[in-house]
Amino acid sequence: MTQMGPDAHFRNGLKQGEIRLQKCLSCAEFIFFPRLTCPHCHGSKLDWQPVSGRGEVYTTTTVRRKPERGGDYNVCMVELTEGVRMMSRVEGIAPDQVSIGMPLTLFVGEIDGTAAVLCKPAEG
Amino acid sequence: MAHELRGKSAIVGLGHAGFGEAHGLSAYEIMAEAAQTALADAGLGLGDVDGLFCTMMEDSMPALMAAEYLGIRPRFLDGTMTGGSSFVNYLTSATMALEAGLCDVALICYGSNQRTAAGRLVTASRVPPYEGLYQPRYPVSAYAMAAARHMHEYGTTREQLADVAVAARAWARHNPEAFERGELTREDVLSARMVSDPLTVRDCCLVTDGGGALVLVRAERAGDFPKAPVHVLGVGADSTHRQISQMGDFTTTGARGSGKQAFEMAGVTPADIDVVELYDAFTINTVMFLEDLGFCSKGEGGAFVADGRIAPGGALPVNTNGGGLSCVHPGMYGIFTIIEAARQIRGDAPGIQLDDVELALAHGNGGVLSSQVTAILGAASTV
Repeated sequence: MTQMGPDAHFRNGLKQGEIRLQKCLSCAEFIFFPRLTCPHCHGSKLDWQPVSGRGEVYTTTTVRRKPERGGDYNVCMVELTEGVRMMSRVEGIAPDQVSIGMPLTLFVGEIDGTAAVLCKPAEG
Repeated sequence: MAHELRGKSAIVGLGHAGFGEAHGLSAYEIMAEAAQTALADAGLGLGDVDGLFCTMMEDSMPALMAAEYLGIRPRFLDGTMTGGSSFVNYLTSATMALEAGLCDVALICYGSNQRTAAGRLVTASRVPPYEGLYQPRYPVSAYAMAAARHMHEYGTTREQLADVAVAARAWARHNPEAFERGELTREDVLSARMVSDPLTVRDCCLVTDGGGALVLVRAERAGDFPKAPVHVLGVGADSTHRQISQMGDFTTTGARGSGKQAFEMAGVTPADIDVVELYDAFTINTVMFLEDLGFCSKGEGGAFVADGRIAPGGALPVNTNGGGLSCVHPGMYGIFTIIEAARQIRGDAPGIQLDDVELALAHGNGGVLSSQVTAILGAASTV
């Protein structure tokens, strides 16, 4: 069987509709992006865990684009309840309605045919 | 006890070339013209150079390309690439190499023709693997997200950011070398085309051609050259991330660490500094760097830069050439912070020359707030 590194493992999870994060068994911190050693304590015993799928907007921007090229879109940093941050996009609302602190639900969607972590405003 | 590298090297020559639009010139030609100008300024020639410190966006081995182009075989070569901060970083390696006798004449050089060749920021960087899909506009969206967070946490306003651009332009209007010298108002900045909220095109640095070069020697022979020497009193660096999504606190940069190291090595404090030259790729940079370098408290940068306080006649002179926002920005601006700081100390600044400048700060930024390098430069009287 071909060896699968952390990067491939994460992307493979996305293809199966799962967002997986590594957790360091030495310092108990979650890690993103996937890698071989913990950036916090440099421990090398890392365990894959499914995530809560909850987070909030840490910061956000509206990238301006001409309407004929698809119009404006959101790029944000989402902070997961697990403590890690990743770049993402909030879908389902206008880009200028995305605000810092907004609660989000993460899901696996597609951008240009590639599985990607996306967000939508949390309900309730 | 003073740091053993404090004051051990000095800039004895500086030069630039191809500012604005250098039609018909390649990046290497602009680099070489800047190098020749700097060496002539020092009364030296290419044959004297035995240490080369260079990076460019043209090639994966730009330092070797530059040595080949210049027809030199340096004994010591450093092509460390940390983006626009690289050239401030070379002040450390050049000082070390000179002090260790690994070279006797160090040439730091750079050139780019991105404006006339491409019309946009030219980069050799690959798209970060966990970011590219979301199509942030690099590098502006990264800085926009830092600005948005700074506004959220500290109440910094778009008007305060605009005042950074207005101050830069006010300096540039007096500088015949500056690319943009027309009047610029706060309203002009606010009403300009939005690129990546909250930053408009006037919150963003220029896209120009240009090159710069510096010649350094050991301090003990710094008095043997035609121009007054500018001593390297302290340099500090901090590298916090490469991809913007890996930045910790988006409102605090590595300039806090790089500044602390540089001030400690130089044995001076922010209050001692006569003029500040910062890498202002975007207006938010100036706000955060002034905070992180200790010129004001965290969160007070917006008020600190507002209403002309860093413009000509203000409380603190910042980016006296007009900066990357209004003077020149060929892609990696860092070398120009050193050149303007050194000229202010020498007394031959091209625009407004301040009186009695003894200590200047030059600060380089690389990547997306990723690499921060601070240098403290001083006149011979400060060594």
